[in-house]
Amino acid sequence: MSDILSAPLVVEFPFTRSLGPVQSAFLTGLRERTVLGVRTEGGTVLVPPVEYDPVTANEISDLVEVAPTGTVTTWAWNPDPRRDQPLGTPFAWVLVRLDGAGTALLHALDAPGPDTVRTGMRVRIRWAATRTGAITDIACFEPCDGEPVSTEPAPHTGEFADPVTGIVAPARLDYVHTPGRAQSAYLTALEGHRTVGERCPACRKVYVPPRGVCPTCGVATAEQVEVGPRGTVTTFCIVNIKAKNLDIKVPYVYAHIALDGADLALHGRIAGIPYDQVRMGLRVEPVWTEDARHPDHYRPTGEPDADYDTYKELV
Amino acid sequence: MRDVAIVAFAQTAHRRRTDELSEVELLMPVLHEVLGATGLRANEIGFTCSGSADYFAGRAFSFTMALDGVGAHPPISESHVEMDGAWALYEAWVKIQTGEADTALVYSYGKSSPGRVRDVLTRQLDPYYLAPLWPDSVALAALQAQALIDAGATDEPALAEVAARNRTAAVGNPHAQLTGDVPAGDYLVRPLRTGDCPPIGDGAAAVVLAAGDTARALCARPAWIRGIDHRIEAHGLGVRDLTDSPSARLAAQRAGAFERPVDTAELHAPFTSQEVVLRKALGLGDDVRVNPSGGALAANPVMAAGLIRLGEAAARIHRGESDRALAHATSGPCLQQNLVAVLEGESTHA
Ligand SMILES: [Zn+2]
Repeated sequence: MSDILSAPLVVEFPFTRSLGPVQSAFLTGLRERTVLGVRTEGGTVLVPPVEYDPVTANEISDLVEVAPTGTVTTWAWNPDPRRDQPLGTPFAWVLVRLDGAGTALLHALDAPGPDTVRTGMRVRIRWAATRTGAITDIACFEPCDGEPVSTEPAPHTGEFADPVTGIVAPARLDYVHTPGRAQSAYLTALEGHRTVGERCPACRKVYVPPRGVCPTCGVATAEQVEVGPRGTVTTFCIVNIKAKNLDIKVPYVYAHIALDGADLALHGRIAGIPYDQVRMGLRVEPVWTEDARHPDHYRPTGEPDADYDTYKELV
Repeated sequence: MRDVAIVAFAQTAHRRRTDELSEVELLMPVLHEVLGATGLRANEIGFTCSGSADYFAGRAFSFTMALDGVGAHPPISESHVEMDGAWALYEAWVKIQTGEADTALVYSYGKSSPGRVRDVLTRQLDPYYLAPLWPDSVALAALQAQALIDAGATDEPALAEVAARNRTAAVGNPHAQLTGDVPAGDYLVRPLRTGDCPPIGDGAAAVVLAAGDTARALCARPAWIRGIDHRIEAHGLGVRDLTDSPSARLAAQRAGAFERPVDTAELHAPFTSQEVVLRKALGLGDDVRVNPSGGALAANPVMAAGLIRLGEAAARIHRGESDRALAHATSGPCLQQNLVAVLEGESTHA
């Protein structure tokens, strides 16, 4: 298995979302240390609030203010917090029904240990020092004394100065990517400046880059075939817009190139010739730069152009 | 309604990691196996539908790569659900009901090994109130388990028995990843111990569906889908009663599960506590054989484990070991979404 490549792969995205009126009021309220719920047609106060009744699906917007204290309805002790969770020390996940609310909110409870947590225990919000209008404005819950506040939650306009209208929720996931057998062999060959494809045992076509399967026959490919290094431009386009962080002068030509012996064209940049002289049928060869993992670009070989019939199946 | 049956099922040996295989390399053997079992060639399949999720590979449109394995050129009639393959099977069943296809190939796969599955699954949560807190899949299941314990529906020893029964059953399943005498282990998120949680692994599965006489021609004893339905509950966990699964019960009712007793149930319950919820919601008594395959506690290739429940139930009917089986698949946190199918062998319906 040592010939299987692997590499770290990090996927990060700042999820940027707009809020509707109810979510906006709720998250702005958190910034102002005010917890809002929404009353359903059936009279239940939902905290956190949603814009549509979970039973009737009708739009709801009847906001009320509930207490920052509540009761744990269920819990789970987390001995080993994971990255980005609300607390870095062992804590309890809790569903908390805030006083005045009919439903429960998920968050973390800062408690000394699992023996101090039970369903029915009283807790209160610990506010984050810096609040931006996000669920994380509640830093966590903490144990507290006192009976549930039994007064009816007060109506609230949901109006605040400078309301929060959107959130940015950053997300990061870490992977170790392994491309599998066929692509590992392809990438390993590239290190030696060689290009290998795989031949389908059924239709005999050579696929490059190989993915271990013939997409026409749906059967595994295994027979390695070295292709190129020379090839033929089957089609191309002229790129006029400079990509961010790309140190290539525009306009340049991006082409499909059928390497000799391959039955599938791969793509690459064409250089060493004015962009407006690139043409279908142009014969090209790869140009490698030091330590590169793939050809930097392809340049004309000087051979006569390939006859259209020799590559028409690959256009 | 047309009579539609599962006529073939195949799955990989599920393993902790499959670094040497790309998704399509993982999938291809099971595609060949189901097609081989029916004698159908890829170009004779009327409709192809798959289930998977890009978040496990960490790459956009990863399912299009896997499509090479079915021979998608020249173009075929194909669709994909970003869900467990059980929902792909539902789409294929609908397609056959419309008369647009007589046969369908359904497949799904999941490679959990490249990433951290507990973290990855947080990305399916509500992005405003839940996802920013990163409550992982075990944590959410543990909240449900504690709710059950508080309600007196189970306790930790009973959960351990669920784990033991499933993994003992899995000894007879050559595809299972975790079998036999597995220690209860430490708390992962209390009250759930490692033994209450599914193994993390990679795997794939495929089934072939066929209608009417085509099914009879392809399979000696087709597993007829007498009913199939799927239902969803509110996404807010605090809105739901976590000790019950009204959506599973409703799906089962609409699938006809309560019209006559079933002899077998394949439940997609990755956590021991979820089996407790489902047994109650589906009204399964002790006379029903639950998860003879070992269920998701023995192998849980995410996005394929639900389809495998349908496949395992069907395979028991194919082998004559069941006459009427319930198959269940779930998706989302704490059994948020549930699909139920009722499968029957021909003789009981005559
Ligand atoms: Zn081929």
